[in-house]
Amino acid sequence: MEWDGHLFWSALFSKEYLDGAILSVTLAAASQVVAVLLGFLVALGRLSKARTARAVSGLYVWFFRAIPTLLVLLLVWNAGPQLFPVLREAWFSPFLAGLIGLSVVEAAYMAEIIRSALMSVDEGQSLAARALGLSPTRVMFKVVLPQAIRVALPPTGNEFIAMIKYTSLASVISLRELLTTAQNGVSVTFRYAEYYVAALVYYLVIVSIVMYGQSLIERRFRWVSTRPLRTGLLARRNPTMTATKEPKVVVTKVAQPEGAK
Amino acid sequence: MTEELPLLRVLDLHKTYGRTEVLKGVDFDVKAGEVKALLGPSGSGKSTILRLMALLERPDAGEILLEGKRMGISASAGKVRHLKERELARQRTEIGMVFQKFNLFAHLDAVHNVMLGLTQARRVHKAEAREQAIEMLARVGLSDRTGHYPSELSGGQQQRVAIARALVMNPKVMLFDEPTSALDPELVGEVLAVMEQLAAEGMTMVVVTHEVRFARRVATEVAMFDQGQIVEQAAPEDFFDRPAHERTIKFLEHVH
Repeated sequence: MEWDGHLFWSALFSKEYLDGAILSVTLAAASQVVAVLLGFLVALGRLSKARTARAVSGLYVWFFRAIPTLLVLLLVWNAGPQLFPVLREAWFSPFLAGLIGLSVVEAAYMAEIIRSALMSVDEGQSLAARALGLSPTRVMFKVVLPQAIRVALPPTGNEFIAMIKYTSLASVISLRELLTTAQNGVSVTFRYAEYYVAALVYYLVIVSIVMYGQSLIERRFRWVSTRPLRTGLLARRNPTMTATKEPKVVVTKVAQPEGAK
Repeated sequence: MTEELPLLRVLDLHKTYGRTEVLKGVDFDVKAGEVKALLGPSGSGKSTILRLMALLERPDAGEILLEGKRMGISASAGKVRHLKERELARQRTEIGMVFQKFNLFAHLDAVHNVMLGLTQARRVHKAEAREQAIEMLARVGLSDRTGHYPSELSGGQQQRVAIARALVMNPKVMLFDEPTSALDPELVGEVLAVMEQLAAEGMTMVVVTHEVRFARRVATEVAMFDQGQIVEQAAPEDFFDRPAHERTIKFLEHVH
């Protein structure tokens, strides 16, 4: 076996790899955030009563799911400046182009995830919130959205992990993210295994951290009382337990009605 | 003799879903402190009328007046228009609604379920809202369940939280849409007890129910719905002991 341990370790701890990894994660995180926000708007459009909103958002989802992400990146980075002179300025960086390209595509997928999450929330709850006098915005942000987030979290975790790997597409717009860094190392030394395995280790570490973070966030959305054992665990194993074990209800100031059964 | 103005007045309400005419002109008055029970077979329009009174849906024709004010409508400078959802929201705070399936907010514990209307629709400060919510939960006998989430509560407890949630808004009238129909039989009593207590304290209530015994004991007036209309309306003793309408007689035979 031809394995240069020294080469592997020096690649693994090189500044280039670390920079590449940071760039990948930053680009992925920024794109995912923009995609979630944009996707939320598109999802609202898809669920809207207004026909035009439904049509426009439907068109958006169709368009950006249909074309390859690579093509979108090339269009934004190369065709963009050709068509719009403003984009020829220095501020239009590869990072920005990557952010735009990745987020507009991802927003189409996020829109569908968020739409299904919003639809999963029991309609009776928004009805109850409306009956209480909450404005439509508050019904959405205080009642529907918190519950939709719980449903959307696992698929969004999927999307974010995929996004981290998608950032390697940004090599076509001269962004030195993680995989490009590995590729550059290979092209100088013709040592494949060491450089690729170093990149692999980075991806494993990054995704492990993301998965751990996701589990922490999901824990916050469990909606059981935090008092351990007595209610939390028991209630979840046997939902009827708390109900059947408690003493008979005594309503203050009221006698139990004799006829009520 | 001066007639006392009814607190809530329903005038000639009509509602059609698709081709089904659910309400064919319904009128009734509810005086302050009255408990009105609405009985009738399913599909007779009882629940629809509650939804219209709660301003959750708009009637095709007719009016709902709360303390003489036309609800869901703005009539200024001779122009009459339907209120927008945002404006309706403000009027809804004056009307309490309790649903058959409780509809508690699954992501909030009991005390936050009760607080939400205060903090989000009334802009009450959090600490103040919490205090009121805890007090209200005590009134429905749930002092020891304030930190429990809906999934950790029995149906009867959930419905009592739902009653507290509506009550804490200090509504002028409380509407109950079959509040015990989704409960296990042994849990019905605790919810009816809370409602009876509420009636005794003078709350104005409209209750759609199948609990005939509750209607007889607590209601001040009972109305029989059939096919989108009120066919009979009377004080409970007359309604149950001397029903006049053939439809009522038939219905009472079934539920007794």
